[in-house]
This record gives sequence, C-alpha cells and structure tokens, in this order.
Amino acid sequence: MTASLLAVFKRDLALAFRQRAELLQPMMFFVLVISLFPLGVGPGPEILQKIGPGVIWVAAILSSLLGMERLFRDDFQDGTLEQIMLSGASMPLVCVVKVAVHWLASIVPLILLSPLLGLFLNLTLEMYWALLATLLVGTPLLSLVGAVAVGLTVGLQKGGVLLALLLLPVFVPLLIFATAAVEAASLQISYSAHLGLIGAMLLFALALAPMAIAYALKVSQS
Amino acid sequence: MALLRGQNLGCVKQDRTLFEMVNFSIEPSQLLYVRGQNGAGKTSLLRILVGLSDPAAGHVEYKHQDIHTVSEQYFQDLVYFGHKLGLSLNLNAIENLQFWCQLNQVNCTETELFELLAELGLVGLEDVPVSQLSAGQQRRVALARLWLKTDAKLWILDEPFTALDVQGIALLRNKMIQHLSEGGAIIITSHQTLDVDYPTSELLLEYRI
Repeated sequence: MTASLLAVFKRDLALAFRQRAELLQPMMFFVLVISLFPLGVGPGPEILQKIGPGVIWVAAILSSLLGMERLFRDDFQDGTLEQIMLSGASMPLVCVVKVAVHWLASIVPLILLSPLLGLFLNLTLEMYWALLATLLVGTPLLSLVGAVAVGLTVGLQKGGVLLALLLLPVFVPLLIFATAAVEAASLQISYSAHLGLIGAMLLFALALAPMAIAYALKVSQS
Repeated sequence: MALLRGQNLGCVKQDRTLFEMVNFSIEPSQLLYVRGQNGAGKTSLLRILVGLSDPAAGHVEYKHQDIHTVSEQYFQDLVYFGHKLGLSLNLNAIENLQFWCQLNQVNCTETELFELLAELGLVGLEDVPVSQLSAGQQRRVALARLWLKTDAKLWILDEPFTALDVQGIALLRNKMIQHLSEGGAIIITSHQTLDVDYPTSELLLEYRI
C-alpha cells in the first residue's frame, strides 16, 4: 500500500516538473496581478498596506483556481486514473497524495514568492508573518476543497468555468478569516483565533475531503 | 468453478437501454468473445465487469462473491486494458511501466523491462516520451502489462488489436493462447476476427434502438 502511494507521489512530482510551463502559469499570474496593483491604485503606502492582504489572498485564490484543473485532468483523459482505481490502492489516500503533490508543486512557490510581494504592498513585518501563517494553513484547504470540485467536473468538457462558480463561494469564509487575521496583526492584536478557525476548517477538510474526492472521481468514471 | 459471472446485467446510458438481462459466466482457460455493433454497449459492459461503472441492474460476481466485496482479491487477479491506454504522455515507456508495476506490487527490475520492451519491438524507444511514439507503439507499451503481471487470472481486453501491425497482432495472439493454456481466462472485444486457435465462447450484444 505504501509502495503504491510512494509511486504515485514520485510520478506526480516528476510529471509536474516535466510540465514546467503549466506550473509557471499560475505563478506568473500571481506576480503580475499583485505587481499591477500599486500601479493601478497609486503608490500611496497607506492605501497599499490597507488593501495588501486582501489583494494577496484574492490573487492566491484565483491563481490556485487557474492551476486546479490540472490536478486530475491528464490522468482522467489518458486513463491512468482507471488503472490506479483497478490497482486496489485506497483511493482516498491516493487522492491525498495527489493533492499534496499539487500543493507542493503549484502553491508552495506562491508562498515562497510572498515576501517579495509583501514588500511591493508595504506590509509591516507583523502583517507579513500573519499573512504567511494564513497562507500556510489556508492554501492546503484551498487544494483539498478544490480537488472535490475538480473530481466532479473532470469528466465534463470545459469544466473550468463551472469549477470557478462552484468553488468561489466556498472560499469566501477562508478569505474573510485570512484577511481579518492580517488586519488584526496590523493593529498589533492577537490573530490566533482567526488562524485557529482556518486550522479547524483545514482539519475538517482533511478528514472528509479525501473520501469526497475519491467518490467524485468514481462518479466521473461512470 | 465460474471465475467471473454476470447476472441479469443491464446498462442504461442517456435514457437509452444498451442491454438488459445479460447473463454469462467464464471459467479458467476460457476465452469469451464479446461481439456487437458500434454502440451496442461492449465497452460499457467491460467497464461494468471491472467495476469502473455500476450496472443499472444485476451484479457481477468474482468466484461467487460480489466484486465490490472481494475487490482487493479481484483487482489483484485482473488486468484491464481499456480504450484509454493509461500511459502518461509526458513520461517514457520505462517510467510508465515502472509506475504501473509499483502500483500493482509487481516486482520487476529495469533490465527485465528493457528486455520486455525489446520483445515487444520497442528497442531504442525506451526513454522517448510516450507522446512521441506512434499509436501502435503506444499500444504495445500498454500491452506490456499482460507480460508483467504473470499471476493475473483474468484479462479483460477492450479492442486490443486496434492500431497494431501484423507482427503485433501475432505477438498478442500467442500471448493470449499462452495465458489461456496456463489456466487464465480472457474476456475480449474486437472488431477484427479473433482468429485464435482456441475454443471461443461468444456473447452477442444486439444494437437496440
């Protein structure tokens, strides 16, 4: 069992790095959106600091949506997913591994870029730490919940728009709590409650999403 | 003892009944040839047999137990070759097969894989991305699974001869006969005549309007 999970992990990682262009696309989007904001709203440090956390989070959500479809699309189309299902490997665990690789390959680079973008938007150090914490806890939640919707729409032609419509309402609470946490950090008050709530959502998703993803993929097969 | 048995199977796609009340059973060393026109539901039937989709009616039994209750044993004994090849186009043949072996707990060294690919007429193409191989060569890579999983008891093959050349077809026919003579069972669909030197039972699916 662990052998097959490890095989999925290694294969997905190899595939991700072989498709670098697709990997770079969400990253470029993320950087472009955020670097355009100071030009658009004017370089006033106070305004930038006020809108900064929101801008980074909205950009992170949109760019993760951009790369989300990749999660199961190729495997579904070339039949690898069928072969994985017929190998007897536990599908929920395989889904967790696939989501983890997707997060590592397409979201972690965004998080690594965020200090630079924090500078663009004149975030204070406290705000930056809060932002980093919310990104670290919040983005796995994006990937897990997103994967359920990807699983459901993978069999459809042009499921991309539907995917965004399905997911954006679900991501709203996360966006609110995450930006509220950074806001709290800018006022130098504790943001652990916000972070705790996001963490609770993540744990909840971690417990239920794998089953839901596996079921969604099974439904898409028939 | 029946290896695989379908009882009263029915399949409905988009409000059209493809087939209903299909009964069959297959025993070790038996070759079952599923025939029917385009759209008669052959692929749908095979997907139901391997458990990828659920039948609208009836159930499938492996060794007299429902396939969903003995899925672990069933998947271990099964090789499914479907319309989609199950090869990642960005990986090469060796990587694809290694992944499949690890997934199915088949022990196979890299040297053995190279030898197998040579036997399948793919010398020198081992480390070329599968996307750059021809359709027939891609099928040969996918068919290598039949050689790799030596302890499989049941092969379910959906149009395996498509895009293969004469040598490829002969290779596959010989392998099928070897599998049958070793006690394995095969369920196959094909638009070419099977032409294997082996007693064949047939299941005819009628195209229904």
